[in-house]
Amino acid sequence: MIAIESLSKRFPRVTALDRLTVGIEPGVTGLVGANGAGKSTLIKILLGLSPATEGSATVLGMDVATQGGAIRERVGYMPEHDCLPPDVSATEFVVHMARMSGLPATAARERTADTLRHVGLYEERYRPMGGYSTGMKQRVKLAQALVHDPRLVLLDEPTNGLDPVGRDEMLGLIRRVHSDFGISVLVTSHLLGELERTSDHIVVIDGGKLLRSSSTADFTQRTAVLAVEVTDTDTHPDGAAALREALRQAGVALHEPGPDGGRAPGAGHLVTLDAADESVYDTVRDAAAGLGLGLVRMEQRRHQISEVFTERSAGDVA
Amino acid sequence: MSPDRTPAHTTSPHAVPGQAAPGQWEQSGSAGAAGRGQDVIHNIGYRGYEGPRLGRGYARRALFTQALRGAYGLGRSAKSKVLPMLLFATMCVPAALVVAIAVFAKSKDLQVTYSEYVLLMQPIIGIYLAAAAPQAFSLDLRFRTTPLYFSRPLTRGDYVAAKYAALTAALFVFTAVPLLIMYVGALLAKLGVAHQTEKFAQGLVFCALFALLHAAIAAWIAALTPRRGFGVAAIIVAITVPYFLVSALQGIAATTDKNTAIGWLGVGSPGTLLDGVQSKFLGGPSGFPAAQTLDAAQGAVYLVVLVALLACFTTLLLRRYRKAGL
Repeated sequence: MIAIESLSKRFPRVTALDRLTVGIEPGVTGLVGANGAGKSTLIKILLGLSPATEGSATVLGMDVATQGGAIRERVGYMPEHDCLPPDVSATEFVVHMARMSGLPATAARERTADTLRHVGLYEERYRPMGGYSTGMKQRVKLAQALVHDPRLVLLDEPTNGLDPVGRDEMLGLIRRVHSDFGISVLVTSHLLGELERTSDHIVVIDGGKLLRSSSTADFTQRTAVLAVEVTDTDTHPDGAAALREALRQAGVALHEPGPDGGRAPGAGHLVTLDAADESVYDTVRDAAAGLGLGLVRMEQRRHQISEVFTERSAGDVA
Repeated sequence: MSPDRTPAHTTSPHAVPGQAAPGQWEQSGSAGAAGRGQDVIHNIGYRGYEGPRLGRGYARRALFTQALRGAYGLGRSAKSKVLPMLLFATMCVPAALVVAIAVFAKSKDLQVTYSEYVLLMQPIIGIYLAAAAPQAFSLDLRFRTTPLYFSRPLTRGDYVAAKYAALTAALFVFTAVPLLIMYVGALLAKLGVAHQTEKFAQGLVFCALFALLHAAIAAWIAALTPRRGFGVAAIIVAITVPYFLVSALQGIAATTDKNTAIGWLGVGSPGTLLDGVQSKFLGGPSGFPAAQTLDAAQGAVYLVVLVALLACFTTLLLRRYRKAGL
């Protein structure tokens, strides 16, 4: 889908991309990086709107330097910021954007109706967009990126500003863009945990450099963290401590409570550990049962990008 | 449709959205196509688009039409139709009166010539322009819609060309329709076909020049002021203040008997510049004090300045969008 070869972009004062080489396959790919990591610059270059200082990139087999127009005809783009005029209805707006992508008027209307329905906008699509909630606006923004049936969509921070429910819906929608619509997705976020749930593959960039590019399965397997909460009983007044001791003896790699461990509500009762493989779940269950403790919850922790950075620093030292 | 992007069949019991790996779709292609025939009614799954993609030229034309309609409030809310339509009516009614007067007075010609009519109506045109230009240029910048255009096949040049052409066309329609009313009225009143046709043609050329120059100036100002209110005020100021200033100076020159100065001063504002051009080249009466007309040198300078202003403002407009990226 996308091949990036030693791509650099330097501005007079900053280097936005530094010899980035990465390939992106069909499917949903998450592009993770802190603000200013070079995500937006990369998207601009991939759309053929900004020339790279050096290196090359192809999108759908077309060179970004020479075939920008042809790329933009078959690629959709959803910007991070607001981009909707408030006095126009979603239908009118998306029809107009479809025509700007080259669709004839009738096709533009049909595709608009289809696309808006697929992103979950129904009767409200005839109302001016000024009165829409953030979630509805994000759907319209996604619809205008999909309306010309692109082969690839670039979504810049699509979950920005959404509440947890809206976030989940948007992530589900992004997943469907590939699984149901057959359109490949490159989605950026600064939250790794969020992209883990939707992406087949994750690319992490920092300071314009590639930090990591691996499949999501690989990612989670290597960094799966399990949080376990148990009850206290009369025999074990501090259930968490007892479980920790039992697991240590069973040879499970435990995380020592961090310096802020005591501050978060209920954190004293949480035991965090590395789940190297499936058998750890059984070990935890058996240990809790052996001690007669109630197992309140056992959950996989979401990772923040910071963990990848810590991991890298550790690797650099070694 | 290429096999690698055959969509999953949503109503198929085997398809579990969000669960399948990308490789699976390659195999499901034929099964999906076979299943589709059986449950057409229930299938509201995603359909791809295999029809034509008409590209840049088409998108440019579509943008032109949309912006032209938008300049009259068409395709927008009812509220935004009120002002342009009211102004358009205000523009047309006096033209009908000019015809009516000519008919009742049984005169041989219209009391007001075609190009003169446009110059007389400048305040109305100014207000219309101040409403239409920000509508075409400021809104996309204010609501940051431009990235959506530039992430499509359209280039910045296409976008600016389409919008500028639309504003020019809107302004041309705004000024030429009243002239058409006068012309049709004059023909119905049997005022002399040859003479009227010649004057009307000259009037249309004048309308085109007027629209080109004013649209360029207003478009540039509107593109610099994303807030519509500022744009409206700035355009009215830019069009009226130089005009009144130059007219005042010309008045002073006329009272002190410096008649050649009147011509030179006229270069100083778009309105007087166009007035000079129409009186010199398009057979209209001069609106300058003492009905001063231009000599040959002045005429040449007027034309050069007109072309230079057009080039200057369209270049500035294009430059404004050089940085307006994603």
